Amino acid sequence: MAQQTRSLEDRAQTWPRWLRDLVADWSSDQQTFKVNWGKAMMWIFIVSDMFVFGSFLSAYAAARLSATLPWPDPAKVFALHIGESEVPLLLIAIMTFVLISSSGTMAIAVKYGYERHRAKAALFLTLTALLGLTFVGMQAFEWTKLIREGFRPWANPMGAPQFGSSFFMITGFHGLHVTAGVIYLATIASQVLRGAYEKIGYQRVEIAGLYWHFVDLVWVFIFAFFYLF
Amino acid sequence: MEHSGEQHHPIRVYLVVWGLLFLLSTTSYLVDYFEVRPRELAWFLITAFALLKAGLIVSYFMHVRFERLSLVYAILLPPLLILALAAFVMAEGGYVFDVRALFFGR
Repeated sequence: MAQQTRSLEDRAQTWPRWLRDLVADWSSDQQTFKVNWGKAMMWIFIVSDMFVFGSFLSAYAAARLSATLPWPDPAKVFALHIGESEVPLLLIAIMTFVLISSSGTMAIAVKYGYERHRAKAALFLTLTALLGLTFVGMQAFEWTKLIREGFRPWANPMGAPQFGSSFFMITGFHGLHVTAGVIYLATIASQVLRGAYEKIGYQRVEIAGLYWHFVDLVWVFIFAFFYLF
Repeated sequence: MEHSGEQHHPIRVYLVVWGLLFLLSTTSYLVDYFEVRPRELAWFLITAFALLKAGLIVSYFMHVRFERLSLVYAILLPPLLILALAAFVMAEGGYVFDVRALFFGR
């Protein structure tokens, strides 16, 4: 870390003065957040993403409150037929448990990383990614089922057309985050396995964990406000 | 400046939080499954369980409980503005509903 800073200062000697001043102002020893920069940046990203999902859920509330046609009952829309009976929201409940479990394995992966148990950390990271993949798979199944039943972003056979736009927008954007997270975690897992963090420390596993737990956090609110309300 | 910033907590903490998240998810699913009425009570319970789950994830899985206050405030205070946005657009939604009922007869 210190070595990198020095080499940057050496190189800065050849820069124009205005650029040197600008960089110096932004990089002088002033520190508000006493965490590594990667973690601070991930938190800034997460806070901005909170606003994205907060806006989506607010828009959904406004759409649902202003809909004059009856809002489709999620318990019926997302019901699964098991034999003779119809179980409301079964797939969604399983998806919720899968994502919560992936958060648990992620937390354990971070712990093993900091304890320098490389193989175990990589194992739990892979497990987390696989659970994430399972989640995305079930989401794809859900989308296919609804689209076959005639649900579209502009219309559906069960009531207010706003239902489709809210559903596809919110779960689609969340699913995109899960997919990106699976790729992210797979990358981190392979780096852990290669021993890339033995020298620089395992902070990057924790940072990836922050992202993954955030994806789970968003699902908590989607599950409550979209599916259960 | 070098900060190790490593989070070391016994595995039991994570397992207990994991168990609580399972329990809270199941309970909120059951509130919906058994169609708790009046609806206001169901909404209250589902929101309360969601906030508890969010608190557990943020505090323990994301380690916010163990961070310094400067970071905690920077993370937790700005999102409160979302509540203001939600309150405004929900009031607007009710108004739009009334206007539609008035002019479209439904």
